[in-house]
Amino acid sequence: MGHRVPHVTHYLTEHFADPGYTTLSGYRAQGGYETARRVLAEQSPEEVIGTLKNAGLKGRGGAGFDAGLKWSFMPRDQAGPSYLVCNADESEPGSFKDRVLMERGPHQLLEGILIPAFATGAATTFLYIRGEYAEPARILQRAIDEATAGGVLGSNVLGTGFAHQVVLVRGAGAYICGEETGLLESLEGKKGQPRRKPPYPAECGAFGRPTTVNNVETFCHVPHVFARGVDWFRSIGTEESPGTTLFGVSGHVERPGLYELPLGTRLDEIIFEHAGGVPGGRKLKAAIPGGVSMPLLPAGHLDVPMANEFLREHGSSLGTGGVIVMDETTCMVRVGCVISEFFRDESCGQCTQCREGTGWLHKLMLRIERGGGTEADLDVLEDVAGKMEGQTICAFADAAAWPVQALLRHFRSEFLEHVRAEKCPFPESFEL
Amino acid sequence: MVSVATRAAIDAEIAKMPEKRGALLAALRLVQAEYGYLPPEVMEEVAQIFGLHPTEVFEVVSFYNHFHVQPRGRHEVNVCTSLTCSLRGGRGLLRQLQAYLGVRAGQTTEDGRISLGHEECLGACGNAPMLRIDDTYHLDLDWVRTQQLLDGLE
Repeated sequence: MGHRVPHVTHYLTEHFADPGYTTLSGYRAQGGYETARRVLAEQSPEEVIGTLKNAGLKGRGGAGFDAGLKWSFMPRDQAGPSYLVCNADESEPGSFKDRVLMERGPHQLLEGILIPAFATGAATTFLYIRGEYAEPARILQRAIDEATAGGVLGSNVLGTGFAHQVVLVRGAGAYICGEETGLLESLEGKKGQPRRKPPYPAECGAFGRPTTVNNVETFCHVPHVFARGVDWFRSIGTEESPGTTLFGVSGHVERPGLYELPLGTRLDEIIFEHAGGVPGGRKLKAAIPGGVSMPLLPAGHLDVPMANEFLREHGSSLGTGGVIVMDETTCMVRVGCVISEFFRDESCGQCTQCREGTGWLHKLMLRIERGGGTEADLDVLEDVAGKMEGQTICAFADAAAWPVQALLRHFRSEFLEHVRAEKCPFPESFEL
Repeated sequence: MVSVATRAAIDAEIAKMPEKRGALLAALRLVQAEYGYLPPEVMEEVAQIFGLHPTEVFEVVSFYNHFHVQPRGRHEVNVCTSLTCSLRGGRGLLRQLQAYLGVRAGQTTEDGRISLGHEECLGACGNAPMLRIDDTYHLDLDWVRTQQLLDGLE
């Protein structure tokens, strides 16, 4: 099934235990910036994009779009500036990889930015980081300052004649700014409400200029692809989804944390072998494979390789690789309450289906959890979710609808138990 | 009037961006750091600096969680209540905090010491439950440790 995992490897996080790796000299001591220097000096932008397309690097921000293809959409013949944007607005519940990538390897990220900046002809990268990430922002600004003073950024990048600056921009608390056009609005000093597409950012992005937006982790893979080559990169992971990723495992597991593993590693292997399984001898009830926006999978479906081509067959998706594990005590209606509360709070309010629908989903979930629900409420939940999906400017409404649909698909009986008992039948479950 | 130092910092942020308005969020953060919140007359001054109508500034302020139009406590204590933290006791922690401080989430203690709140995923799910006090994350919490953290706040 095109599923190859030749050897255990971790290239993104290899040096993360070394605090010196966050400094310019420490990064250079590991060969840092040599790849960018060589690529910028020796290759044409077209060659760089060609290499990345051949590598098949998929975006790690949730949508899984081919990174090389995205870069190739940038117009080459336009007068005036174009921009690169690093999306560091990591806010998907269950996702915490980008924070660690920025805190432990800020120069790896900057080197990963320089290569596509050169390939797309961008003079400036805006690194948009969520407002809550004060510590990563401080570490990144220090790295940017050090890189600028050391000739890595600025008017003559690494002595190659290419000019590039990185500008750190902090958000102010809004999940929707992780959506790429919501981010662009926020970057322009506006409410972060997503834009209608087309035009796509490559045509009209930040400040009306051609722009490419990539996630933090996506950039971090780039230097390794160019350092060790396409064949090496494609030898890791699966045919369609090469490379490693950082799986963030959280919830009811013995060893929550980040695990850098090849894409295509089985979900049950990640949960039981790497994260140590469910504590206290309890059984696993369900797991979300990639952040709360992604439909959850019940215990019987965990033998799936963690790559989009396989997760799709199970009605889910890799998302951000944030694995949330729930043990047998967990009330799935409470899970629905927590998830739908999040989407209600974070809807930007622009589209009616989403603004009204997220509120209805949450109210219905709460009513069922508190014992006041009816069987008809289940149908209304499905009806509302169905009318949100695919009907709005951005994918936020889909992300709010999918978890509800998956809960009803796999755990309808628990919803009915609530209705019939007129109370929550899971007294041992987590506190709501 | 915003101070000379804040105005200089705002101008430095404006200089980094291709269009002036791109520095609006940064400017609001700087002004809020000076006043503790965003009084209407200060938002009007920011609007003047950016050549915007005050309404345009108000709507941006109201969109983002980190901007406040009422005075705040000396410290912001925000508990993460997203799914992972909830699974590991985050909402229980918030309930205990509310009882201990005698305020609901969204309120400030009478002595002006703490504004209590809850936030969506703060990106530290591997260390749940957790909370944020001002700009610092506190991880892998239980009630005893949380109480110590609170008692240590001026």
